[in-house]
Amino acid sequence: MNDTQLVMYDEDYRKVLAIIQKLVRDANAKGIFVVDRNGQLIGEAGEMRGIDTTSLASLTAGCIAATGGLAKIVGEEEFPIHFHQGHRDNLHITLVAKRIILVVIFDERSSLGLVRLRVKKAGTELGKVFEHIQKRSEQANAEGDGDAPFSEITDEDIDNLFSM
Amino acid sequence: MRLSPKSRMKTSTTFFRCRPSMSFINYSSREINCKIVYYGPGLCGKTTNLQFIYTKTNPDLKGKMISLATETERTLFFDFLPLALGQIRGFKTRFHLYTVPGQVFYDASRKLILKGVDGVVFVADSQIERMEANLESLDNLKLNLAEQGYDLDKTPYIMQYNKRDLPNAAPLDEMRRLLNPSDVPDFEACATGGTGVFETLKAVARGVLSDLKQMSK
Repeated sequence: MNDTQLVMYDEDYRKVLAIIQKLVRDANAKGIFVVDRNGQLIGEAGEMRGIDTTSLASLTAGCIAATGGLAKIVGEEEFPIHFHQGHRDNLHITLVAKRIILVVIFDERSSLGLVRLRVKKAGTELGKVFEHIQKRSEQANAEGDGDAPFSEITDEDIDNLFSM
Repeated sequence: MRLSPKSRMKTSTTFFRCRPSMSFINYSSREINCKIVYYGPGLCGKTTNLQFIYTKTNPDLKGKMISLATETERTLFFDFLPLALGQIRGFKTRFHLYTVPGQVFYDASRKLILKGVDGVVFVADSQIERMEANLESLDNLKLNLAEQGYDLDKTPYIMQYNKRDLPNAAPLDEMRRLLNPSDVPDFEACATGGTGVFETLKAVARGVLSDLKQMSK
């Protein structure tokens, strides 16, 4: 499910937030981030306020891309689960529905076993949400019913951007 | 595509344009995000372009620049610089600038970084002895884009002739003839001093936004 334009509505966003907010509690996590495979942040939950989420999203996507390349070299399709252990905080990264990345940051208040267990369930739920989005987007694309605000941008708007 | 009245009422909508592009519109934070990749042979000045942009940009408009480089400061995976250019119709336009590692043997990394690209800047090294490396890198760009279903001729694309200040720089006409036969917008530059750096960036940003406009019609 990689090559279609996806449109995410409010209701989808709320579902994603509800899943990751529950995951924060269930997994005793410090922070959870949902990132598009291309490096855009979709949603976040938890207590990790003020960190550089733009860089986190970009580097996570780079990490998944690099290990995906490694997987192909050794004959695997993907390495969908990554774990990075630090002195204080640990990172658990999961690829969901082949295009969404679920990042869980946790410390000694939790454990890898608990995080893996909870992520498995939450990942399945997130997968369902994004599969639904995918199907709906494919249908909208097939019917030519996609919409975007770009068509309303004028050449003058673009010029103004650079005159600031 | 037209924006329907129904969609105007949405308070939080996100578009993932992964058809070939990753530009991404977020209605809740009112942001448009686009990915621009600086491509070119090793040591042509891709990272220097980003470093100059970083040093000359208002701190409020830029994020942290990330360089994944070797101990000798050669790009190992990519450089990344998030940049906010301003607003269009109430949307903050953010450009994510990436460089690729230029050295030939990092081809696998280059392919990964091109995924989801919205616009490309090819940084050519003007030194006459680097002309073959420029041509090889340009062929490599076309090949790597094609592998992922992109066509360079249909992608917003700018040519930058860097290091014009060096005494061994090739004549501009010759570089144009060899590297820019399709006559895309091109700029002379000296990235260390900043000449041509922002002109290139503005041109590619303009190309990306114009392309998005065309695609959404």
